[in-house]
Amino acid sequence: MAIVVYSIAGLFLGLGAVVAITGGVGAIRMPDFYTRCHCAGKGDTLAQLLIMVGLILVALEAYPLSNLAVFKLFFISIFILVTSPTATHAVARGARHDGLVPWKAGDPRR
Amino acid sequence: MRVVSMFFVLLAFWLLMSGHYTPFLIGAGAVSCAFVVWVGRHKGVFQFRAGSKIHPLFTGAFTYWPWVTWQILVANVDVFKRVWHPKLPIDPQMVRIRYESDSELITTYYANSITLTPGTITVSVEDGVMEVHTLTKENAEALEGGEMYERVRRLEGGAAARPAGPLEIGGDA
Repeated sequence: MAIVVYSIAGLFLGLGAVVAITGGVGAIRMPDFYTRCHCAGKGDTLAQLLIMVGLILVALEAYPLSNLAVFKLFFISIFILVTSPTATHAVARGARHDGLVPWKAGDPRR
Repeated sequence: MRVVSMFFVLLAFWLLMSGHYTPFLIGAGAVSCAFVVWVGRHKGVFQFRAGSKIHPLFTGAFTYWPWVTWQILVANVDVFKRVWHPKLPIDPQMVRIRYESDSELITTYYANSITLTPGTITVSVEDGVMEVHTLTKENAEALEGGEMYERVRRLEGGAAARPAGPLEIGGDA
């Protein structure tokens, strides 16, 4: 039974890693600051969710529930879901406040 | 009342995170929580704007958050495709949308949900107008369509229609 759970967990972890890498690639490929924010800030939310699901599956299989690892992972996930968009918003608002003009289709890369 | 419930919520969180239930550690937790509540009270952390509601936190857990998670998934696949597409087919827009809310919590829900779903970032929240940067035209149209707005409004039991009005806020366009 353990092998099944670990395989599914591995699948989630792998998917999470792929999404995280996509976020990084996007951050390099995008043409300006705001569009980079999209990739850097949000690829993480899904990657984080997938990786946490994988880890929770492993924790369920490997430890007794009284170990509390499952709950802690769950709370970390919730915490990132709240703080990540807040940070992205703060950074983007800072740029807007500073007068950074958003890139439009057709402009040269910055 | 709010202060007392805050204390117990914090203490429950402490116990859940600690996992060791010796008298010393529980005592240390109680003292820490009491201190945090005391500081928070003096700093005015527990003062909410009149009319703000706490219950959306609980109703949203079963209806709203699963839907947002699904949206995060769907939207991520779209951004995923665009990032790996050789031509990088994006068409960024800066759109303004009106919103109406009785509570700061719901406003935060809405702004954070917009930022959470890939392809849209809330850039500013001011006087009933949100400025949102979107990665593509479709993202902008979906946002103006307002399904997320309706769902957020349902949480606080408000009118689902987006308020009409001028979309001007201070500063440049």
